[in-house]
Amino acid sequence: MSTIKNIQNDIVEEFDMFDEWMEKYEHLIDLGKSLPLIDAKHKTTENIINGCQSRVWLHADFEQDKVVFTADSDAIMTKGIIGLLVRTFSNQSPQDIVDADTSFIDKIGLKDQLSPTRANGLLSMVKQMKIYAYAFLAKNQ
Amino acid sequence: MISIEKIRAQFPALNQKVHGHPLVYLDNGATTHKPQQVIDAISHYYSIQNSNIHRGVHYLSQQATDAYEASRETVRKHFNATHLHEIIFTKGNTEAINLVANGYSKLLNKGEEVLVSAMEHHSNIVPWQMACQNSGAILKVIPMDKDGVLDMDAYKNLLNSKTKMVAVNHISNALGTINPVKEMCTLAHQVGAKVLIDGAQAGPHCFIDVKEIDADYYCISGHKVYGPTGIGALYGKEELLRELPPYQGGGEMIATVSFEKTTYADLPHKFEAGTPNIAGGVALKYAIDWINEIGIDNIQKYEKELLDYAHQQLATIEGMRFIGQAKEKAGAVSFLVNDIHPYDIGMILDKLGIAVRTGHHCAQPVMDAFEIPGTIRASFAVYNTKEEIDRLVEGVKKAKSMLE
Repeated sequence: MSTIKNIQNDIVEEFDMFDEWMEKYEHLIDLGKSLPLIDAKHKTTENIINGCQSRVWLHADFEQDKVVFTADSDAIMTKGIIGLLVRTFSNQSPQDIVDADTSFIDKIGLKDQLSPTRANGLLSMVKQMKIYAYAFLAKNQ
Repeated sequence: MISIEKIRAQFPALNQKVHGHPLVYLDNGATTHKPQQVIDAISHYYSIQNSNIHRGVHYLSQQATDAYEASRETVRKHFNATHLHEIIFTKGNTEAINLVANGYSKLLNKGEEVLVSAMEHHSNIVPWQMACQNSGAILKVIPMDKDGVLDMDAYKNLLNSKTKMVAVNHISNALGTINPVKEMCTLAHQVGAKVLIDGAQAGPHCFIDVKEIDADYYCISGHKVYGPTGIGALYGKEELLRELPPYQGGGEMIATVSFEKTTYADLPHKFEAGTPNIAGGVALKYAIDWINEIGIDNIQKYEKELLDYAHQQLATIEGMRFIGQAKEKAGAVSFLVNDIHPYDIGMILDKLGIAVRTGHHCAQPVMDAFEIPGTIRASFAVYNTKEEIDRLVEGVKKAKSMLE
């Protein structure tokens, strides 16, 4: 299993192939479309992270000492970024998730997507992923 | 005939590139850009006139007071209000509504009713909810139909002797619907209710005559009428403003103060506690003068052309869904394309240098009524052009091809 750092480096390399914003966005849209569907039973009001513009659903399971995230959004671009975050943090140990940073988003030129003013729910989603990791960590100790 | 080229030349902010494209600014419903004379007025105020108003005996204080009060007179004339003291300066439309609603939280009695329309901005819902919570009054909603037009029969049925206040917008920010405010006032007055009209969106697009409408309260925001942010105006009928309890306490709003008793200042100062946004107030005059130099009838005529053209051109996009199809509309077109999320389209338009608003436009109940997450709203000002609408249509087509 790749470490969070390795996965993030892969993503940065992947996005380096694109010079134009349009290609980046198209790639994000493809990622959004191919994000594995969240189990319908987890798409609940409790799992919703409200942004002003788009909504995000996030669910976490704890399987064999790893946190497994599934997520969804009603906006496809948001979903693309969710895809990147799920790819990075899912199937990782709670401690690694707690320790991880998300600066790779800056490196792929999508920094403004994670800014609080975007209000698309993504920043809250990262926080929520870490909160889940903390919770699993606390439970295990 | 107005020259849009000459008008645009007066707006420095329009002359810039965004993400490498000439800016197309279609978010005027949120705020308009400012003509040079408004920017100059702010600069002139701070460079030369800066002084606190209404209290100094010195030269500069007098200059600043005169400039500020000249603006009040301009607003009075623009609204066609009878008295100067019927114009209260606020920090914007939201504060104006809060000022009145806060007063009503003391005037309303348990069981009395306040009506708001189904297409209100949050700023004309929440202050009334708060007033009702504080007073025990009941908030009721005037419904709208599928075109985004208020149901006037339902309105008539809702009105009764317990109705004390009707709060409605002149033009809906989310849908662009022009509401029949004059008729609504007549009907409300028949049962003894008062009417507050939120004119935030009407300010830049309509001729506003508070006497003709017979509005009890009418408010606008400066920054939506080509003026500065942080300044707005509330009109209220004199006798109503006299009854309305003060909103905030402090300097300026008092006549005499002792620890036992304070008597309040006369209108309009009773509602203007503390040092106001003097620069904003002074510059508001220049914004309204600017509108009147072009002529509100010229603006209306030209913007109608823009709006019709926008509808016509957007309609050529397959899957176009207009949200709000009232016959009487002004200022904005709200739409969706198939089931594409408005946020996705907005993100791509931004990269193309096109500024629109996406989301619920602070009118969540409107979005709930249409069962949609939000819309894309293109809102117009007199400086917009048909070429810019063409760019919008091309942009939406581009976004659609990327997203579908």
